[in-house]
Amino acid sequence: MPLDHPQDLTIKDFKIVGQRPLRPDGIDKVTGRARFGADMNAPGMLVGRVLRSPHAHARIKSIDSAKAEALPGVKAVVTGADFGAVKDGLDDGMLDVLVNCMAQDKALYDGHAVAAVAAISQTVARQALKLIEVDYEVLPHVLDVDAAMQPDAPVLHEEAADESVPAGFSKNVVRRYEFGHGDVAKGFAEADRIVERRFKTEAAHQGYIEPHACLAAMGPDGQAELWVCTQGHYMVRNTCAALLGMDASQLRVTASEIGGGFGGKTTVFIEPLALALSRKAGRPVKMTMSREEVFRATGPTSSSSIDVKIGMTREGRITAASGELRYQGGAFPGSPVEFGAMSAFAAYDVENVKTVGWDVVANRPKQAAYRAPGAPMAAYAVESVIDELCKQFDLDPLSVRLKNAAVEGTTSSFGVTYGKIGLSATLEAARAHPHYSAALGPNQGRGLACGFWFNFGGETCVSLNVNADGTVGLSVGTPDIGGSRASMCQMAAEELGIAYDKVRTVVADTASLGYNDVTDGSRVTFASGLATIQAARDAIRKLCGRAARMWGIDEDAVIWEEGYAKPAGGNAGSFEPLSLAEIAAVSARTGGPIAGHTEVNADGAGQSFATHLVDSEVDPETGKVKILRYTVFQDAGKAIHPSYVEGQFQGGAVQGIGWALNEEYIYGEDGRLQNPGFLDYRVPVASDLPMIDTVIVEVPNPGHPYGVRGVGETSIVPPLAAIANSVSAAAAVRMTHLPMSPPRIRKAIEEAAGR
Amino acid sequence: MVTVKIWGSLKEAAGGRSELRVEAANIRQLLQRLGAEYPRLQPQLKRGVSVSVDGRIYRDAWFTELKEDSEIVLLPRLSGG
Repeated sequence: MPLDHPQDLTIKDFKIVGQRPLRPDGIDKVTGRARFGADMNAPGMLVGRVLRSPHAHARIKSIDSAKAEALPGVKAVVTGADFGAVKDGLDDGMLDVLVNCMAQDKALYDGHAVAAVAAISQTVARQALKLIEVDYEVLPHVLDVDAAMQPDAPVLHEEAADESVPAGFSKNVVRRYEFGHGDVAKGFAEADRIVERRFKTEAAHQGYIEPHACLAAMGPDGQAELWVCTQGHYMVRNTCAALLGMDASQLRVTASEIGGGFGGKTTVFIEPLALALSRKAGRPVKMTMSREEVFRATGPTSSSSIDVKIGMTREGRITAASGELRYQGGAFPGSPVEFGAMSAFAAYDVENVKTVGWDVVANRPKQAAYRAPGAPMAAYAVESVIDELCKQFDLDPLSVRLKNAAVEGTTSSFGVTYGKIGLSATLEAARAHPHYSAALGPNQGRGLACGFWFNFGGETCVSLNVNADGTVGLSVGTPDIGGSRASMCQMAAEELGIAYDKVRTVVADTASLGYNDVTDGSRVTFASGLATIQAARDAIRKLCGRAARMWGIDEDAVIWEEGYAKPAGGNAGSFEPLSLAEIAAVSARTGGPIAGHTEVNADGAGQSFATHLVDSEVDPETGKVKILRYTVFQDAGKAIHPSYVEGQFQGGAVQGIGWALNEEYIYGEDGRLQNPGFLDYRVPVASDLPMIDTVIVEVPNPGHPYGVRGVGETSIVPPLAAIANSVSAAAAVRMTHLPMSPPRIRKAIEEAAGR
Repeated sequence: MVTVKIWGSLKEAAGGRSELRVEAANIRQLLQRLGAEYPRLQPQLKRGVSVSVDGRIYRDAWFTELKEDSEIVLLPRLSGG
């Protein structure tokens, strides 16, 4: 049967893909009917709360919970000791997750969980926390990445460093990565000018609106249910099962609607505690983090310290580039410095390039992913130096980037030779856009920057069920954090040749589908989309088979066109085409239900590039920055639902604006976080922003049947750099420390003026 | 026999070389041979790697075919947000 389309981008003129249908979750979300993490309740439900360390670094000498357990209404208390039985069987990464969820022998940061209670009410739970007596031995702490690398810095872990770290470094230095090719010394010798600078960026939080929340219920037979706000409920199931010593099959996890994640919900925090409390209490336990807990105890991104050196000819050709990147990833190994080191120069075709990344631990919360983890800080440093060189040579920054842009056939700085990529197309789109030639006034500056992200696919499993009324139910296992249900409906409808509103997509629980990787890596429209297309084609094969049997001809003699089974040609016979609905209506009598299914390890995600253009105005008196214009140019491969793609572009830009201008974890001398709330941790709000303009560039990804590239992460890579270049131009001083808050800008202006 | 590029900080564990020649017809064999012939690579292989084959990056795909002239690049295991 001729239905095995090759992965051929010319398969059809799209009818539904590329349109902007109404989102299927829209009404629920604007009417309040959508159920988020905290919206689920259960009979007999208890409230869980966490006792958190007030110290940045302290040895836990003892925990006495007797008084709390004796308080009427308290049904369970758990501490690190409750997880002791499973510790020895965990690998290093999983052990770190456990210790982050519940401290064992040391509290490693302000806000680190040391005990949890389940009680009949919030009031009782809070009272119980006050009755838990923790005897701490306060230890010296370290917060800054450069300070943590010093030989005399307080040490968090005695044996966390791996074999990549040379002897003689602080024990807080836990990983070293090196990438590159060519001979940088030779390349620098060929340069007409070299600029070398150090940059620092502070930790920023993803700032998702919905705090972490879950409802756990474990029965006396060990069977458990977990309702949770997460980017990956299969990850939650496997992690929690490991941390509680359960079989994965005994834990069914259902993902709630999600009020933002951006990478921050790709791990667990309260979920194992809720399950442990439920197991101990024998009742369901609901846990909801406060905003303060979200800031203190979930995963912001790394803060960083980066040295970049670039050599350039007076014509604008980069001859050599090097970078040394130091990221602190909180109290555990795993900062995304390798991705920073790999991506720093990935947008450019550089013959001689070298980056070194250092992963460092410090007394801060364990970092979590944040859109393109590790890349925005690296791009900030690199693009700032390129900008400075352009200014010194009086070269057009866009032309210089085009001259050096990575293209198909370029060997990237991380070793991979690119296939079809769209960086140059985004630069050309920027040049053609009116924004690039718009007039600027006094104290205003324009910044341009490029960004790269890898994207990936991963394990994916979907089921597509054809209902007897001609509608289709699609089950996916990837939580919808950016409109994927709409995109999946479009791709299924496109393949099947039916209307968009005939398909409904749901995010199925962990018992309903095979394992699905987390919704991250900009992977869902690519990977779940690819799986959806394949599942639809699987269903089409079966639909054609049913038609063949009704017609009494071979299956190979039936084709599927625009929603109908048809005889393949004159030799196949003359039959009236049968629609999906007609075949489905009689499916009970032709062989039973019709369904398509796919399990795939999706690869070929295709790299993604973007160019951002931003104009800003700096008030030299106050140091306040106003963003005047912002335009995103990004390669989406193929935009399935352009409105969602534009939303991803805009969202990345806005989060980048916050990271660049205001967002910052501020600690006191005591190592305690001083701004754990949205009043003091300033994310951009609508009144801070201009309309973010977007241009979707489409250079199809050959690894996807429709050419899709992920778009969720790349959009946060260029903003820090583009805004820094804009502000540096407006303020007439190079800004080397993010965020560029008013005090920092004022200080930089004053220092530049010699005041 | 295929050639695999490794990243810089693994060179020391591979005798100072940045390109290694191993007998492997697919990714599973590649990882097995690398671990066997260069035991000091084993800790990183155990922590996880990605493998790029002719520009396409694989995280877990043991049976992906490798050709003599394929560009094969070992990378840290990719993740995202």
